[in-house]
Amino acid sequence: MQVMPINYYIFLSVALFTIGIVGVLTRRNAIIIFMCIELMLNAVNVLLVAFSKMHHLNAYAMDKLTTVGTEAQLFVFFIMVVAAAEVTVGLAIIVMLYRNIHSIDINFLNRLKH
Amino acid sequence: MPLSEILFWFLTALALFSALMVVFSDNPIHSVLWLIMVFFAISGHYILMNAQFLAIVNLIVYAGAIMVLFLFVIMLMNMNTDAEPQKSQWMRIAAALSGGALMLVLVAALKDNVGAVSRTSGEGSIGLIRNLGKVLFTDYVLPFEISSVLFLSAMVGAVVLGKREKNTKPVNN
Repeated sequence: MQVMPINYYIFLSVALFTIGIVGVLTRRNAIIIFMCIELMLNAVNVLLVAFSKMHHLNAYAMDKLTTVGTEAQLFVFFIMVVAAAEVTVGLAIIVMLYRNIHSIDINFLNRLKH
Repeated sequence: MPLSEILFWFLTALALFSALMVVFSDNPIHSVLWLIMVFFAISGHYILMNAQFLAIVNLIVYAGAIMVLFLFVIMLMNMNTDAEPQKSQWMRIAAALSGGALMLVLVAALKDNVGAVSRTSGEGSIGLIRNLGKVLFTDYVLPFEISSVLFLSAMVGAVVLGKREKNTKPVNN
């Protein structure tokens, strides 16, 4: 049976998550920041599926008909559902922002401070 | 080196390179296209892990729907490439350093894991629609219905937020 160490998936996920965080910290465009948040969500999804398969592989050695690990993949499905709703509302907020201040630079969003 | 391992490294390199290009490209439309590339690579990873349903849903929902929404908003705003002023040099260096420090901590904390992910496609049909649908519509039917309420509220919220306010400009209908 061909197996892959879980460490590779962990490192891939950590690297994608870190790239997302660096993008959120360095860019000023609100849409790019939003896309980096999507990137971080997907990094977590990859890790959830990898752990689901790892868990399933351990249980499969005992029982050939086991369905252990299904819940993690359903969680990924629900994460995608919530992400879709989040993107809808977030982009509506960005459009409203652009209509009000004619820019999506986040440095102009300091009205709550004053 | 077996084929699936070659595919794993290819998809990993593609995902990381595309993710870097999302962050570092100047044009927002190029960022969106690179992000679609990341989602394709991640879907390839799902297929390698025998999670076909999630791979297809990832392509349809993310690369199909969400990214089209992003492109639509970007083209609606007509953003130029040089419209975005960059942050100061020190801020960018500090951001890269803190991101690297976070990655160092996570890798150092998680590097001693033992465990393996199966790559044999014959075993483990938990990622197929048959199994996932059965569990989704029996054990998880209440969260499924609640998520429909979430979608309804998100839709109403998007419409309310996107509606033009009366005092800013008169609506001509």
